[in-house]
Amino acid sequence: MSIDKQTVLKVANLSRIEVTDKEAEDMVGKLDKIIGFVEQLSEVDTDDIEPLANVVDIDLRLRDDVVNDGNCQDKVLANAPDSIEGFYVVPKVVE
Amino acid sequence: MSDLTHLTIAQALSGLKNKDFTSVELTEAHINAMQDARDLNAFIVETPEKAMEQAKASDARRASGDAGLLEGIPMAIKDLFCTEGVQTTASSKILEGFIPQYESTVTTNMFRDGAVMLGKVGLDEFAMGSSNTTSYFGNIINPWKANDGKDLVPGGSSGGSAAAVAARIAMGATGTDTGGSIRQPAAFCGLAGIKPTYGRCSRWGIIAFASSLDQAGPIARTSEDCAIMLESMAGFDAKDSTSADKPVPKFTESLTGDMKGLRVGIPKEYRMDGTPDEIVKIWDQGIAWAKDAGAEIVDVSLPHTKYALPTYYIIAPAEASSNLSRYDGVRYGLRVDEGGNLNDMYAKTRAEGFGDEVKRRIMIGAYVLSAGYYDAYYIKAQKVRRLILNDFIKAYEQCDVLLTPTAPSSAFAIGENEDDPIKMYLNDVFTVPASLAGVPGMSIPAGLDAKGLPLGLQILGRPWDEATVLKVGHAIEQKAGFNAIPQSLLNKKAA
Repeated sequence: MSIDKQTVLKVANLSRIEVTDKEAEDMVGKLDKIIGFVEQLSEVDTDDIEPLANVVDIDLRLRDDVVNDGNCQDKVLANAPDSIEGFYVVPKVVE
Repeated sequence: MSDLTHLTIAQALSGLKNKDFTSVELTEAHINAMQDARDLNAFIVETPEKAMEQAKASDARRASGDAGLLEGIPMAIKDLFCTEGVQTTASSKILEGFIPQYESTVTTNMFRDGAVMLGKVGLDEFAMGSSNTTSYFGNIINPWKANDGKDLVPGGSSGGSAAAVAARIAMGATGTDTGGSIRQPAAFCGLAGIKPTYGRCSRWGIIAFASSLDQAGPIARTSEDCAIMLESMAGFDAKDSTSADKPVPKFTESLTGDMKGLRVGIPKEYRMDGTPDEIVKIWDQGIAWAKDAGAEIVDVSLPHTKYALPTYYIIAPAEASSNLSRYDGVRYGLRVDEGGNLNDMYAKTRAEGFGDEVKRRIMIGAYVLSAGYYDAYYIKAQKVRRLILNDFIKAYEQCDVLLTPTAPSSAFAIGENEDDPIKMYLNDVFTVPASLAGVPGMSIPAGLDAKGLPLGLQILGRPWDEATVLKVGHAIEQKAGFNAIPQSLLNKKAA
């Protein structure tokens, strides 16, 4: 599978990164090279091999279902680019 | 420049204990060194006032008989660790001005033990790189110079950490390692650095790159200093679901200088075509030192080594694309709003906030996770990852540690390897397999090449056996007797 400009634009959209036509063209070469490189894996026989998601052999711990954090609205909003009355402010979502 | 900045952490701790000097004096000396070495661009933020406050408090604690493991030692903190009230950026424009409202667990542990923070040191943007040429805050320069005097990279991604410790600005620094980001810069700067077993240090409060691979660890000038720092940094943390609930050993107690009874494995697949003679030579020298220290040498095989980098370059970008989706211009960091709708704001913010390498990796990640490709790339890579882990499990039936080179070259010039991403990725060819397997690995300074630049040797161990890794690192370090310091410091000393 090789990468073309259309694929770059599609992936940029999935990634929510604005890319101009010219930038997409410039990205094709390097992205294609990386995908070509990782495709070596197709030669490895992985029949009957379980995918490994995490090397740590730990079962996720459970904790009591209690409130142990919170009451820190100021801290949560301290770095927000825009906030009002304790809420984040974003550009309009519904036209 | 003062002699206090040339002490190891172990020496400084004993000097403080003997009242030869105070933490305030030690910290002042390092603050001066930091200000004298601004040409290296190692620091994004300097925090001299915080450092002096901490040093005074440390001297008071010591006077009251209450000294911690790192009591009074000036350190640099990689700008990937959230530090309460001090800007934390991951070297990215998208986080410029971000002031964490909380402290990472690792830095909390170090401050509990008396560490003094000099400031926040730079890295490759979001820890993605091997050169420190992708930071929004500019290139970081290695204090070591080749004979031709050109500016060299400090390695990466923990390049600011390594540059600061090599330049005698900080006695030690925190690093993080996802595919070699502690070990390769340690090697490039003539330092020791250890990536512990995945799960040994809490990831809480560390800006995430690839969560199944990221591990924090120390960079310092000796294995002993790494052992002291790791003891402080490590430990169980309920706030990280992959943190291991295991006691932290007294790592310094394993440093006997002796390797009797230990079997050192030499993986034949690491003898790669095209590896420079000098790298092969230092490796063979390392094997001879290990023998000399009483170890038995055994040949082992890690058959899937050549697939480690391609596996890594699927898994790490996939996790990164997911982790970095949080930078959306809403909750923190940069927002670029040119009057469009919410989606436009996301796309413009991320286009302006991320650098080229970060964008590339997010997009590769989105690609390998997208419908139709998920099984062929992502699941396939997870399967090969298991084969790579199995290679290590099998090898450790025959040996206690593995000995390899850390990197395929010494530090290269700024701008080299930039044209071709694969060329840059190959820098991590010896370090990535252990990251995928989650096993501990360290780099120790072993010697200089013909250009006068440091070369490192890598020691890999069994899961949770950092003690043996450090023991072997320490023993080989004793044999190597590496005591060179960067030429730029000698020049300053003379001036």
